[in-house]
Amino acid sequence: MSADDAPARLGDDRAQRSVVRRRAAFAVLTLVVLAGTVWYGVSELQRARAEQSAPSQVDVADGILDAPHVLFRSTAPGDLYGHAAAVALDDLSGPREVTSVVCDRVSSDGTTTVCLRTDRGVVTTYEAEVLDAAWRTTATWPLPGIPSRARLSPDGLVATTAFVTGHSYSQTGFSTETTVHRVDGTDVSGNLEDFTLLADGERVAPVDRNVWGVTFVDARHFYATVQSRSLGHTWLVRGDLEERTLVTVLDGVECPSLSPDGTRLAFKHDAAPAGSATAHWTPAVLDLASLEVTVLDAEERNVDDQITWLDDATLLYGLARDDEPETTDVWSLPADGTAPPEVAIPQAWSPSVVR
Amino acid sequence: MSGLVRAVPGDAGQPIRTAPEATPQTPEPRPPRRPDAARRRAGRVPSTVVTLGVVSFLTDVSSEAVTAILPLYVTAALGLSVVAYGVVDGLVQGAGALVRVAGGWVSDRTDRPKWVAAVGYGLSALTRVGLLFATGLPAIASLVVTDRVGKGVRTAPRDALIAAAANPRNLGRSFGVHRALDTAGAALGPLLAFAVLWAIPDGWTTIFVISLGAAVLGVGALVLLVPDLRPRQAAWLRAHRTRQDRGLPKCKGCTCDAPGAAALTAGGRPFSWSFLRGGATVRLLLVAGVLGLLTVGDGFVYLALQDRDGFATQWFPLLYVGTNAVYMLLAAPAGRLADRLGRARVLVWGHALLAGAYVCAAAPFSGAATTVTALVLLGAFYATTDGVLSALTSALVPTAVRGTAIGTAQTVTAVARMAASAGFGVLWYATGRVDALWIAAGALLVAVPVCAYLVRGGRLEPAAPAEETTA
Repeated sequence: MSADDAPARLGDDRAQRSVVRRRAAFAVLTLVVLAGTVWYGVSELQRARAEQSAPSQVDVADGILDAPHVLFRSTAPGDLYGHAAAVALDDLSGPREVTSVVCDRVSSDGTTTVCLRTDRGVVTTYEAEVLDAAWRTTATWPLPGIPSRARLSPDGLVATTAFVTGHSYSQTGFSTETTVHRVDGTDVSGNLEDFTLLADGERVAPVDRNVWGVTFVDARHFYATVQSRSLGHTWLVRGDLEERTLVTVLDGVECPSLSPDGTRLAFKHDAAPAGSATAHWTPAVLDLASLEVTVLDAEERNVDDQITWLDDATLLYGLARDDEPETTDVWSLPADGTAPPEVAIPQAWSPSVVR
Repeated sequence: MSGLVRAVPGDAGQPIRTAPEATPQTPEPRPPRRPDAARRRAGRVPSTVVTLGVVSFLTDVSSEAVTAILPLYVTAALGLSVVAYGVVDGLVQGAGALVRVAGGWVSDRTDRPKWVAAVGYGLSALTRVGLLFATGLPAIASLVVTDRVGKGVRTAPRDALIAAAANPRNLGRSFGVHRALDTAGAALGPLLAFAVLWAIPDGWTTIFVISLGAAVLGVGALVLLVPDLRPRQAAWLRAHRTRQDRGLPKCKGCTCDAPGAAALTAGGRPFSWSFLRGGATVRLLLVAGVLGLLTVGDGFVYLALQDRDGFATQWFPLLYVGTNAVYMLLAAPAGRLADRLGRARVLVWGHALLAGAYVCAAAPFSGAATTVTALVLLGAFYATTDGVLSALTSALVPTAVRGTAIGTAQTVTAVARMAASAGFGVLWYATGRVDALWIAAGALLVAVPVCAYLVRGGRLEPAAPAEETTA
């Protein structure tokens, strides 16, 4: 080639040295990052092993499941974390009977129990399980995503809500899948999103509708939430399993829960100022006869749970602890909002009242 | 001259030095020197492309590990509902698309794609530090948004870097190799995250630490190992120095000889939006838009499969891993195929595979066979379209506007696909899932031949300067 090759080669040499230096720097960086990550991972693994095998610090008693009780998911750290457990209805903060069943959400009527769980592994799957009074499995079916709500009706119907989540940048958001099964595992409804949605008598079909939070009225009717962000509504709907319809009742009602006497619905009311990106949910009660809403702002924290009625005058719901988020407490609040909330069952989640 | 060569070290030197062999209009026969070596080099994917693939691999391990467990983290560890998380996700879809064009534009204007990409990768890496300390949903939401902005910024300059480093003849294969590595990271990340949660039930922080480590290594690999390619400057050098080397007058009927040095420091031909007026570019964007409008999200295919049979429900969380695995395996071969048969042709006919996936999801045969076939077709669809689109675009437009053009083509596709998903959702509820899928498959089977006609006869293959006539 020509004479100007020489300076070019000189430049090449210098560039070559720079490349070697950069490669060495990258090798050092790799070593540092790997060593740091592995060290942290191993120490966390040891800590987790120690915590998991440590006995849970809870008072344990027998025979609670034979009397009226509240069944829940125990969130006391230690070897019993995540197990379904029960406390006596007349001594909520007292000792608990712990079962061998592990659940994310649990709902029970005393003879039948529904347990939604995450089967962790390299392949994480989710399932719903129905158990009989002796805690034997009678039916299971797969869930498409993270278990969120479970409700069992006295008529042998099971409503489950799972979050089907986006997994990649290209996917659009999330969706819920809410279905109703019979306790023997047969599918009654399919995805409730496929029911005909009637808003003020008109059939509407917003693309982004999601259905969740079923509460049963009887063997055929239920209440639930239907949300469509594009339409800007979060409706309370009354569903009909035979007609396969969802009829809107009221806007702004989320995650309803029917009172034992069937006259009121407890729900999450979004008290965040209009236009804010995130919701702030406050418990509220709707009188079904007058459609009058009482917002229970004695509870100032953000409550994200499907509320349960302890009795006709008291609500129960779970809240994570600020300082130890894996541990939750079940709180109680008078349904008329006249007194502040207090801890009903410490270290518990997903309460279900069995009378 | 040495200073100029140093500005484009390593692989960047390759195109310049090999330019006499690769420049098409060369009237003389090829220099007889080392023809075998040259051919072998042309068949190989440049190390810069592989390094960029490794950068993407690490970054995808980092981001997908977090993305996969974020809903669980928000619900299980923070005690919030995923409904709240959905809000976050919806907010950022549009913003990400616009940032893509901007990232390409800045990289073209500055002629520094590496550093624009580094800003994007760095931004995402910073959000991993944030995750270690974030506790509330607003904090996590803003981190997710920042991460997506980072992804938007880096994509177009990164693809411009690949285009600059690759041999124009095997551009498709280079993009394919990059996408294979990228997708491997996207598949590995979630598996890694779930493996950690399996071993450490509350191992969120461990996942975030691993994610941070992978992101830091990704940025480190980019900054330390990828040469600072200056595509515009290199193109200028290629055009001018080679003519000089060949003893030709520096320019043929142009005036660029006079301001030589000034033009060099400015980085060659300046950026101009006029590429958007070029007939071929418009045609490409039109085809990408039309096909994008018929590409409904994979989410719908998965949901349809899951509605139909229990097999898909049980493995629902894994369906996308299957798709990604196929995509990963086929990306490089599909890119090679595109180089041979024509990139536009492969891009267009790849959408027939998507129609096949819809048919599998709509067909009344439930069970593992149709589910697996649908996943294979989806993966093959991505392999024949994603990297190929970038390869096609970067070969079609002048070097000076490559980043912007790639960003624009990707944005057109992304926005069209978003619209498709919204529209398909309406159809899904109006006609039921089976009919909706048949309609989408039918529309695709009409659109594909039409688009194939639009791009017939190599209409979207590059004009002379970028492609070897003998290829």
